[in-house]
Amino acid sequence: MKLSGSTRITLRAVALLYLFGLLVVPIVIILFRTFENGIGAFIQSISTPAAISALNLSLLIVAIVVPVNVVFGIVTALALVRGRFPGRGLVQAVVDLPFAVSPIVVGVSLILLWGANGWFGGLESLGFKVIFGLPGMVIATLFVTLPFVVREVEPVLHEIGEEQEQAAATLGASRWQTFWLITLPAIRWGLTYGVVLTVARSLGEFGAVIMVSSGFPGVSQTLTLLVHSRYIDDHNTFGAYSAATLLMGIALITLLLMTLLDRKRSTT
Amino acid sequence: MSDTTTATGGRGTTVPSPPVPPTRKKVARVTGAVGPLGIGIATLWLSIIVVLPLAALTVASFGDGIGGFVDAITSPVAVASLRVTVVVSVVVAVINVIMGTLIAWVLVRDEFPGKRAVNALIDLPFALPTIVASIVLLSLYGPESPIGVHLNATQPGLIVALAFVTLPFVVRSVQPVLIEVDREVEEAAASLGADNVTIFRRVVLPTLTPAIISGAGLAFARAIGEYGSVVLIGGNIPRETQVASQYIQQQIEIDRPAAAAAVSVALLAIAFVTLFALRVFASRGQRREEQAE
Repeated sequence: MKLSGSTRITLRAVALLYLFGLLVVPIVIILFRTFENGIGAFIQSISTPAAISALNLSLLIVAIVVPVNVVFGIVTALALVRGRFPGRGLVQAVVDLPFAVSPIVVGVSLILLWGANGWFGGLESLGFKVIFGLPGMVIATLFVTLPFVVREVEPVLHEIGEEQEQAAATLGASRWQTFWLITLPAIRWGLTYGVVLTVARSLGEFGAVIMVSSGFPGVSQTLTLLVHSRYIDDHNTFGAYSAATLLMGIALITLLLMTLLDRKRSTT
Repeated sequence: MSDTTTATGGRGTTVPSPPVPPTRKKVARVTGAVGPLGIGIATLWLSIIVVLPLAALTVASFGDGIGGFVDAITSPVAVASLRVTVVVSVVVAVINVIMGTLIAWVLVRDEFPGKRAVNALIDLPFALPTIVASIVLLSLYGPESPIGVHLNATQPGLIVALAFVTLPFVVRSVQPVLIEVDREVEEAAASLGADNVTIFRRVVLPTLTPAIISGAGLAFARAIGEYGSVVLIGGNIPRETQVASQYIQQQIEIDRPAAAAAVSVALLAIAFVTLFALRVFASRGQRREEQAE
């Protein structure tokens, strides 16, 4: 199908205009507003005690969620690929569930399970506070990031097959040796990609976390909650823009890593 | 989801191993490197993180009986929020069908300087946190708009926010299909005298339709559950711009967990039906393709 020059340019213009109006111009304005008073004002705004504590909390959640997801994600992927057990199809469907659930619904579900009046409400009377505490935010983040590691590692495990692992086992390697020396090196790029996705989503999650956080500045605010409260509660638009720019910077690094890893994954 | 289908597709080709006396070694091999313990851990993990919360949600939604559930999801404000959610999400899906296909077309068939940068830009909405999407759009379409467009607390505002976060779905599902398309058929049609509109309608569009529908379906499923991207720009006005997720959040705030759970279940049901329909549609398309071969 050969388009005339004018049609082609019209289509191109429409596509680019749409992308400019939706993505480029708004982002440029945010960056302009953030830096119009100089870089000093930006740095000051993201180094207030509340902002530092929000960054720390976000990083703490990432530091807990990533190792947990890596361990359980690999076990789940191995079980799904290598295991033959009744209900495997059901487990497959459950792994995809978090993608279909609204973040707010995640929050409500966790409140109804772990909250004071929930099924596990007894924990709270024992002094283990989940909802409105750090554990709640961690569990909420675990829920929304659960599929990433599993879904990135699974296809790689399929592809490498079991021959090498069986050969190692025949040569007398223990299960741990086989895993560390054969399986883990083979899945490393898929796993890394899954981890990058997990980190990005953990730092960016908002809906599920705001439902289970008490939201006190300097105590239980993550970076995304800080953006929200600065804009809504403090009417500090500049502060919100600065925090958003910080998050955007992190997101851009993630995107860059994803592109690089994607190339690495397809070549090895 | 496509991963799942290919995963199960690959399973069928495994040759069953010859019967061996059931020794300890054999058991280890059948369940691979994980063993029954691994399967147990995986199931327990998924149950605690995913299944139990959703089970608690479902049970709580019927906390006041079936009547209570029906009352909760048929209260006028709840119905209005669900209607706004679905209507706005349908509009967003349609916008994505048109603009997503067009953008994919331009990225595949057109050549211009900076095309690679534009291509990289498409993934940005998936990488950006939703609350950042919200505030980014407010800077252009909000109260301090430099171009004088105020979409704050309007339904068009919701549509812009949701179009932002769902942009990659259709583009990224159509693009690979368009790259693979056999262009000889188009050339043959052109040599037989078909004009561009006819070629697009009769040759190109039928090949792209499955990808467009799957992208639009995923965009719709994502849009109905969105919260972060609409929370700042939407305005949360009951019966006008309040979407279902905002209504649910409000019910939790005024301590009506049963109502929140009921509307959550309704929202989940819409998402599941959409995704299930997509899966049925995809597998039917696949079967038709296999028959054609």
